[in-house]
Amino acid sequence: MHNHRAKRLIGFILLGFILFLIGNRVDDLRLYQGASVAMYVIGIASIVLLTGFSGQISLGNGAIMALGGFSATLAQSTWGLPLPLTFVVAVLGAALFGSILGVAAARLSGPYLAGATLALAVALPSLANQFTFLGGEQGLPFDSGSAPTFLGEDFSRFKWFYWISALAALLMTWLISNVLQSRFGRSWRAVRSNSTAAELVGIHAARSKVLAFTLASGVAGLAGAVLALNLGGVSPSAYPLSLSFALITGAVLAGISTLSGSVIGALLLVGMSELVGSLTSRFSLEDVLAENLKELLVSVLLILAVVFTPNGPGDRIRERKALHKKTK
Amino acid sequence: MDQLISAILIGLSQGAIYSLMALALVLVFRSTRVINFAQAGQAVVSTYIGWEVVTRTGNYWLALPIAAIAGAIVGAAVESFLMRPLSKRASKGAIAPVASVILTLGLLGVLHSGAAIIWKGDQKLLESPVSAMGITVGETVYPFSQTDFLIIGTALLVMLTFSFIFQKTNLGLALRASAFQPEIARLSGVRVDRIRAIGWAFAGAAGAIAGVLVTPGSALSPNSLDLLLVFGFVAAVIGGLESLIGAALGGILLGLTLSFVGLYIGTSLTFVVPFVILILVLLIKPSGLIGGRKSRNA
Amino acid sequence: MNGLVVSGFSVDHGAIRAIDSLSFTVTAGQLAAVIGANGSGKTTLLRSLSGLKAPTTGQATWQGISLLGKKPEELARQGVLHVSDGKSVIPELTVKENLALGGIWRRDKKDVAAATAEVIDLFPRLGERMSQSADTLSGGERQMLAIGRALVSRPKLLLLDEPSLGLAPLVIEQIFQTINDLRHKLGLTVVIVEQNAMSALRIADIGVIMNLGKLVAEGRAKDLMNDPALRAAYLGY
Repeated sequence: MHNHRAKRLIGFILLGFILFLIGNRVDDLRLYQGASVAMYVIGIASIVLLTGFSGQISLGNGAIMALGGFSATLAQSTWGLPLPLTFVVAVLGAALFGSILGVAAARLSGPYLAGATLALAVALPSLANQFTFLGGEQGLPFDSGSAPTFLGEDFSRFKWFYWISALAALLMTWLISNVLQSRFGRSWRAVRSNSTAAELVGIHAARSKVLAFTLASGVAGLAGAVLALNLGGVSPSAYPLSLSFALITGAVLAGISTLSGSVIGALLLVGMSELVGSLTSRFSLEDVLAENLKELLVSVLLILAVVFTPNGPGDRIRERKALHKKTK
Repeated sequence: MDQLISAILIGLSQGAIYSLMALALVLVFRSTRVINFAQAGQAVVSTYIGWEVVTRTGNYWLALPIAAIAGAIVGAAVESFLMRPLSKRASKGAIAPVASVILTLGLLGVLHSGAAIIWKGDQKLLESPVSAMGITVGETVYPFSQTDFLIIGTALLVMLTFSFIFQKTNLGLALRASAFQPEIARLSGVRVDRIRAIGWAFAGAAGAIAGVLVTPGSALSPNSLDLLLVFGFVAAVIGGLESLIGAALGGILLGLTLSFVGLYIGTSLTFVVPFVILILVLLIKPSGLIGGRKSRNA
Repeated sequence: MNGLVVSGFSVDHGAIRAIDSLSFTVTAGQLAAVIGANGSGKTTLLRSLSGLKAPTTGQATWQGISLLGKKPEELARQGVLHVSDGKSVIPELTVKENLALGGIWRRDKKDVAAATAEVIDLFPRLGERMSQSADTLSGGERQMLAIGRALVSRPKLLLLDEPSLGLAPLVIEQIFQTINDLRHKLGLTVVIVEQNAMSALRIADIGVIMNLGKLVAEGRAKDLMNDPALRAAYLGY
């Protein structure tokens, strides 16, 4: 067991190093995209945990991201906390909300949970519109800070975003992968496949579900804070319903129960924007077409993925291998 | 007193529309245990088609049935070409419990963006064929117009028609049998797949009618019916997700509640109220305030 | 061949072989009793014959036409009616609606009405409870209702899955007697799958004994009943 954990840790450190090297070689646009990918990785990871492992569907993780983003922003403006601490506040605040929501969610399943979280996704951002201290429609600014001076004058803002986002993503993903490999991860999967059997071996199904919701919400909160960093502010329009859908799409596209899938999903999502962007300029597409083409492509991809490779392409390959062995 | 009457009237009118959307959701849920989130998209596309009819012919009365037919066709197509192949393939693995929900979400995205590409994202207006001005009784002008009468009348007609079909016809019997026990229905000679598609067609028509009725009071854009979907869902849950009557009553109840909240507390909570009601109902009486059958935790 | 011919029939549930190379024949108009303990594959057999499950290999024909690869509802419309185990009524519907279900696909509505009347004649208890919800019926009444529904379709081949399950001995006798009378009167071919070997074999023409998916014995019901070895091993007496 320890061997695995050590290996994993080394793997992550190595990955971090590679990301650092990449960061030094690419331009600002790619750096910003990298930061977006990192943000999506965290957000999608929350879905992998919640839906892929614990089997609970949430259409409202975008709203929980909003909670994290707003918490971080308010922590900064009210208490003047430094950047890392605002992120911690985001995680804790979102996790707290998630634990409350999780208690309700544990008693719902399938369509009911989906509908409830959908209502949440619609309701929460609109709350921000009502209260001035939450910034109303314009939102609140978030001071993303700037690179410490010792890093040099030309250290671009976007590199700064990239560093922070990537670091947050690495850290969080490492933590989650540890949790998923632990007995918590196993108990979530047990409850997901057969909660009665799980109870019989001593797993408290409801409690394990609430735990999953709490943790996943904390993760989503971090993603929200990272988004606030990258955007330089928070507002209801930064966390629309389509964000929640994008997270689920990213998770499904790459195998909903594999954590490494989060990276693929995130790359696909950001890659889609890039693809549409270049298509738009190449063919001088109208604005309307361009904006919606991305959503169209992503949605079509989602449908194809759910119908043809519901558990991710990795699952298909595994199936084929197993079938191969059988017919031999 | 006048305010109270106004609130009730508005609540009824809005509630009627929620009932129609709830009806659409319940029809599909009963037959396939799926909450069709794409209903918002299906309804919006059908409403756009209705808008095209009105714009070209100036005839709202023609638009309504045509939109309904469009809704029916889209509904049947979605079930036959998307939902049915999916249920055959995605029945195991981590995604099984949520596969159909995600599929409807993907479909919703396609319909949203597709509609935006075809009809652009600007807000279109759909004029009501009858007066939208408040009715004057004696000296008071009530915020209830002929349009509201149209809404309630149409919704009532739709619900009575469906009720009749379901309870009194062989088709309705086949629909109910296929929803309750598809295997027994098959063994009795019922073509369950075809029947299910018909159920979805009915649902699509109901959603389309809701969309065409609600739009004159607001504006038409690709996302304009999303909120209606949420309201419809809450109404359906209140009614128990199993019965058509429940859907109808749930819608009225929700409409009245929102109306009174708007009257006495203010409209800032419009989006929060449905969420709160939903959570309360699901926690206290998941089988719905009105529905009586087995509670639905699975 | 005018009857039911099953040959080399094998059905798998994933990695488990539920039925292994089963072969038997039922001439038209005969009543066959398929006997075996739990897990012997009897229910799987009926489900495969009625189109609910596809066999892995083998063939099954009825009146010369293959039963395989068809949807259950199509087979039902061709007169192959499967009354699945225990409570195959729809509890949320009324008795009247359950019966009507058997006939909604039929075009000849007059005959549907006639068939329904015959069923009520046969099972007067159902007639008394027409507008009651099916979940208020007793076990025996449900079995009558399930069979009645099948009869409304004017079946030619009737597949009955454990009609005695959960019923009191007296009711079981009644049901079996009714089935026997019916098939003589209507010229039905019947396959009854049963754990209650005695009652089934007594009214059967031929018997098919299965154990763990395999055919153990096939022959005239009387012969099987009188074979002491078989009786001891499989018929429990």
